[in-house]
Amino acid sequence: MTDRLDGQRDPGGDQAAGAAPGPRATPPDDAPSPASSPAPASSAASSTPPASAPASGSAAVRARLGPSPAMAGIFLLPAFLLLAAWMIYPVIWSIGRSLYDATGGRFVGLGNYVSIFTDSSALTTIKNNVIWVVVAPIFVTALGLVFAVLTERIRWATAFKLVLFMPMAVSLLAAGVIFRLVYEQDPDKGVANAVITSVHDVFSSDHGYPGARPRENDQAPATVQGGAVVARQQAQPGSPVLIPLVGLPQDAVKDAAPAATAPAEGVGGTVWLDVVRGGGGTLNQVDPQERGLAGITVEAVSGGSVAATTETAADGTFRFEGLPAGSYVIRLPASNFTAPFNGVTWLGPSLITPAIIGAYIWVWAGFAMVLIAAGLSAIPRDALEAARIDGATEWQVFRRITVPLLAPVLLVVFVTMIINVLKVFDLVFIIAPGSVQPQANVIALEMWRVSFGGGGNQGLGSALSIFLLVLVVPFMIFNIRRFRRDER
Amino acid sequence: MRKLPIVVALLGLAAAACGTGSSGGSEGGASSAPASGGGDKPLAGQKIEVAAKWTGDEQANFEKVLKAFEEKTGATVTYASTGEDTGAYLGPRIEGGNPPDVAILPQPGLVQQYADQGALKPLAPEVQAQIDQNYTPYWKELGSAKGQVYGVLVKAAHKSLIWYRQSAFDDAGAQPATTWDDLIGKTAQSLSDSGTTPFALCAASGWTLTDLFENVYLSSAGPDNYDKLAKHEIPWTDATVATALEKMAQIFGKKEFVLGGASGALQTDFPTCVTQVYGEKKAAMVIEADFVAASVGQSGAKVGEEAQIMPFPKVGDAAPVVLGGDVGVVMKDSKGAQALLEFLASKEGGEVWAKQPGYLSPNRNVSPDNYPDNLTKQLAQTIISAGESVRYDMSDLAPSAFGGTDGKGEWKDLQDFLRNPSDVKGAQKKLEADAAKAFNK
Repeated sequence: MTDRLDGQRDPGGDQAAGAAPGPRATPPDDAPSPASSPAPASSAASSTPPASAPASGSAAVRARLGPSPAMAGIFLLPAFLLLAAWMIYPVIWSIGRSLYDATGGRFVGLGNYVSIFTDSSALTTIKNNVIWVVVAPIFVTALGLVFAVLTERIRWATAFKLVLFMPMAVSLLAAGVIFRLVYEQDPDKGVANAVITSVHDVFSSDHGYPGARPRENDQAPATVQGGAVVARQQAQPGSPVLIPLVGLPQDAVKDAAPAATAPAEGVGGTVWLDVVRGGGGTLNQVDPQERGLAGITVEAVSGGSVAATTETAADGTFRFEGLPAGSYVIRLPASNFTAPFNGVTWLGPSLITPAIIGAYIWVWAGFAMVLIAAGLSAIPRDALEAARIDGATEWQVFRRITVPLLAPVLLVVFVTMIINVLKVFDLVFIIAPGSVQPQANVIALEMWRVSFGGGGNQGLGSALSIFLLVLVVPFMIFNIRRFRRDER
Repeated sequence: MRKLPIVVALLGLAAAACGTGSSGGSEGGASSAPASGGGDKPLAGQKIEVAAKWTGDEQANFEKVLKAFEEKTGATVTYASTGEDTGAYLGPRIEGGNPPDVAILPQPGLVQQYADQGALKPLAPEVQAQIDQNYTPYWKELGSAKGQVYGVLVKAAHKSLIWYRQSAFDDAGAQPATTWDDLIGKTAQSLSDSGTTPFALCAASGWTLTDLFENVYLSSAGPDNYDKLAKHEIPWTDATVATALEKMAQIFGKKEFVLGGASGALQTDFPTCVTQVYGEKKAAMVIEADFVAASVGQSGAKVGEEAQIMPFPKVGDAAPVVLGGDVGVVMKDSKGAQALLEFLASKEGGEVWAKQPGYLSPNRNVSPDNYPDNLTKQLAQTIISAGESVRYDMSDLAPSAFGGTDGKGEWKDLQDFLRNPSDVKGAQKKLEADAAKAFNK
């Protein structure tokens, strides 16, 4: 449909637009002129009748039709002044400033621009911006399209759209604060990790003693080897093995039975928490106040292979029944001590950019949906129905009819998102903790940081802002040209 | 259909514009009530704007001091909060030629920076007389640049403290340490054995790490080296820095010593680590300054009972005393602005302020009796008696690109060191590279 409109464009179009004040202004003596000059009349489609009259008009006619240039100038002046003060002057000034050093006193030529491409932290920002531009607009547009198409089919579509559009009503700053909490590492605080850990816990659970470990010194009767706790002393029948552990809070064992020394028969011993509340107690000896650790898997290892496995009783003692005489290494396998799964480190250096992009998509997908839904409602139903009557499946209708007809809207959304993404600032600033800001940094944030946020180098800051402008301008031009084409 | 894309596009642009919603700071609030022009109120009718970073209770307390000044002089003082990032707030206002009359800068480094820019006005002789009378020469030098006195330290923060939770120490039978080796080998180890993580670090806020480094360095390398490193007269690749970093690695390198490990600590902002100790009771100690008291209260612990402090243990020959603090400067010269600073630097003004909680005065003539609690009295006494051996927070003396910017310079390099504490050499190299860049500007 737009193609047909585009096809109408002709050199006379500018004049047509200029004469927009309408046919009523056409003086009567000019009235016959369209008829007498058939060439322009035929070139302009009949759908735009006013275009035909002035198309043939001379400069004199046009002058009489529109306001005088002086009048036009007066009307344009306020807008021009505002634009000049807030757009043109700052841009030119920034270009000039970007050629000077931090204090603004020394001319450095393109030095600031060179440092953008040599400084490693600035290069990270460029890399991150590329990731943003590649990923975020596609996801936002695609998700918006899916939502738009789906909501068209459901009851309560408006309610659904309202919910999806709601994030737009929240400022990006607030959205950042929300997602900072969503991505908290602690599953008790962060929703994302709460979901992941509860799903994980359905499939596996831990019953052990995460954090328990032997003391770290040469006198300790046990050491850690590859995650497992191994007794130094070889186990002999009749001499119980002592495996004192530490590092558990008292509250974790407050219901446990007091630890007991294993009877001196067969291969056995005690695993207990060798800590007394408030300090004291004899190191590496079972004291009356100390608690046994129940349910720990104990292995007797001989010559590298596990000869027998048992579990500790409530008082922490264990005994291997029917083990052939000999000496064994007593080992508590690592499975006793595996730390609980603590979710994903969203705010760590590796996942931070995807995490923030996720928040961005949450904010903007609803917006894209609304725009695309508006475009969708304008698609001629007959085209869809004709395709369905011809036997097209829903997927084919979507793929071959809906998407091509929506292409102009999708493109607008996509390009708008690219522009929007290039200047992303607030979400990164708020979601990334200070320690991963360097890894999450983007150009707009870096620009602010080096010029105002402590860096104190407005030369480099100006260079970054000009660089950002250069990146945005092609998309702006593209968008503006599209609008102008669509306008006709 | 024809008009649709335009509507869509306009909507898009509008939304894009709205997306970056800003919280407009209201400038208003200046009461216009003219003070009755009496002979005892020399500044009646004068309007003074003062900008500082304080918010909440700290702001309310400071406003009480301003009120005392207003009552004394008849001037009208409006307070503007700069937020956390004072440089970011003042920078554009200086550029725009519209700075506040008086600014309270959180870093003396900014005094140097703004003095270089010519944004500061030298203090009047009356203010300097107050400084000579009430401060040791170290503080006067701190507020000076290029031989001129520009600033006066109006509020001090004691940064050589370790806060601990009494119940965790009781459970573990741990004792406060006086040496670093005891802190690591005995106190922290016995806490860890008893199942309580010894330290909570707010490593996402880089300055907490620089504070830790400064204490360790001041004690292990001595005040002379400290001054040299602060001015970048010795490089960060110096052996004394390596020693200090290795000491820090004794905490950083042990997974069970740091709550959440390095990764967890690096996601923890200040003051969450205080909450982790006193609110969630997950850790036993937090190495931070006296101003932690406010967060301790919010976590429901009582200072002096559950929340105890020990002086930072000595790593080398003597225990360190590192101070932070806020420096008042005049940005627009006027009688009122100078009079306000004179008031803040005086015994009279200091004692009004000292009666508010959470304030510590570097003014040696402000009697410790004015403070509302014993803890602050003790702290004030240590600062006054430590005298010349006290040092100012090093990162705050450095150019802010090195010592005061999130994600850059020393903050970033120490965070990277926490991530990988075995690489002392690499950390030193990065610190030196960043310092060289920031100091050579």
